[in-house]
Amino acid sequence: MELERLIKQFQDKNQDAFRQLYGMYSKSIHGVVYNIVKDTAIADELMQDVFIKAWHKSDSYSSKKGRFFTWILNIARNAAIDKTRSKAFKQSRQNLNADYFVDIIAGHDNLDDSTDAIGIKTFVTHLGEKCKAVIELLYFKGFTQKEASEELQMPIGTVKTRNRNCIQQLRDMVL
Amino acid sequence: MDINTYIASGILELYVAGQLSETENQEIYNLLKQHPELLQEVIEIESAVVKLTAAVSPNAKGFNSIEERINADEQNEVIKLKPRPSNWIAYTGWAASILLGTGLFWTLNQNTELEQHIESANLENRYLETQIEDARTDLAATKNLLNVIRDRDIIEVPLGGQGDFASSYAKVYWNKADNTIYLDAAGLPNAPVGKVWQVWSLTLDPLTPTSLGTIDNFEIDDNKIFTIANANESQAFGITLEQEGGSPTPTMDQLYTLGVVNPSS
Repeated sequence: MELERLIKQFQDKNQDAFRQLYGMYSKSIHGVVYNIVKDTAIADELMQDVFIKAWHKSDSYSSKKGRFFTWILNIARNAAIDKTRSKAFKQSRQNLNADYFVDIIAGHDNLDDSTDAIGIKTFVTHLGEKCKAVIELLYFKGFTQKEASEELQMPIGTVKTRNRNCIQQLRDMVL
Repeated sequence: MDINTYIASGILELYVAGQLSETENQEIYNLLKQHPELLQEVIEIESAVVKLTAAVSPNAKGFNSIEERINADEQNEVIKLKPRPSNWIAYTGWAASILLGTGLFWTLNQNTELEQHIESANLENRYLETQIEDARTDLAATKNLLNVIRDRDIIEVPLGGQGDFASSYAKVYWNKADNTIYLDAAGLPNAPVGKVWQVWSLTLDPLTPTSLGTIDNFEIDDNKIFTIANANESQAFGITLEQEGGSPTPTMDQLYTLGVVNPSS
């Protein structure tokens, strides 16, 4: 399929392929790191670093290990979390606001009235508290299922099925 | 294996979230190859998550920002070498201009110095020319003098120091053919201020002095040889120190030198 071919070209250091993959995922990666660092400039820098790293380490990706998006998502979350642990970051941002991704999305004055934007806004406004938390932890913060279950004080199996339901709602809204 | 149950378990959502173990990932990878409906499910989950996460981004930067960096990285090895030549060229340029500047300054300096040299050389030349001219004149005079002295018609008359002036001497070369005497007065001191040497021709019997004149330029004459006309039948020559302007008769106590003409010569 198309994506596999793109990834193969990307791994062969084809810049056009890289550009296409960047087009597909950069906004998501930016969203994820922004949600962690809560600073546009730092998020910009981190996102660049993430893609540069992916470019240089493209050989280490294998579809057997998971989805390409998941691979980049992992790099991004790790980079962003490392950043928040750095001394300089801690000093400059004493009071990280505790907004979840939902608050950020709700706070955006979306100028583009794309179907996705409207759909997602509707989605987050109707999303239950449990869904917000599960998605936040699993996708944005990179918590494991076990960590999420401890954080949310719910059984591991429940995390899994709840997450499935939440994502299903999202799919209904945006796909 | 019941695909629908598998899907409903929520494992694919965790797969996309990246929360499964390596073994589980490998398992799902194999299943995806066998079951297109599973793959379709994964793609939809991923697509939804991509959209959701993208919605959080206030605004992501374009690819250009990345492109510059990867291109810079890729050209790194080439670029690393490049600054050197460019620096080298820059340094060479500066060095050259400094050299040129120094060179120009030096040349100008040198030029001024040379001009001064030429001027002083010219001056020296003119001075030397004068000296050569003088020397030539001197040489001609000396040759002439030598010829005079060597002339066999010449009568040599040595004049000895007299009385208090015993250390004085002089010599007269008398050419009777042209009525000229050449007085070599190198053995006389300079005349004191207000005084002058006066040369006398004498006949002895009776003693009659005849003035041959005063030597007014004694001090400034180099070879102290003076040409004096003498048409007398001289028997002796004498030199006295007299008041400036000369005397009609010699002051005998100031007779410095005196010499008798040897009749045989």
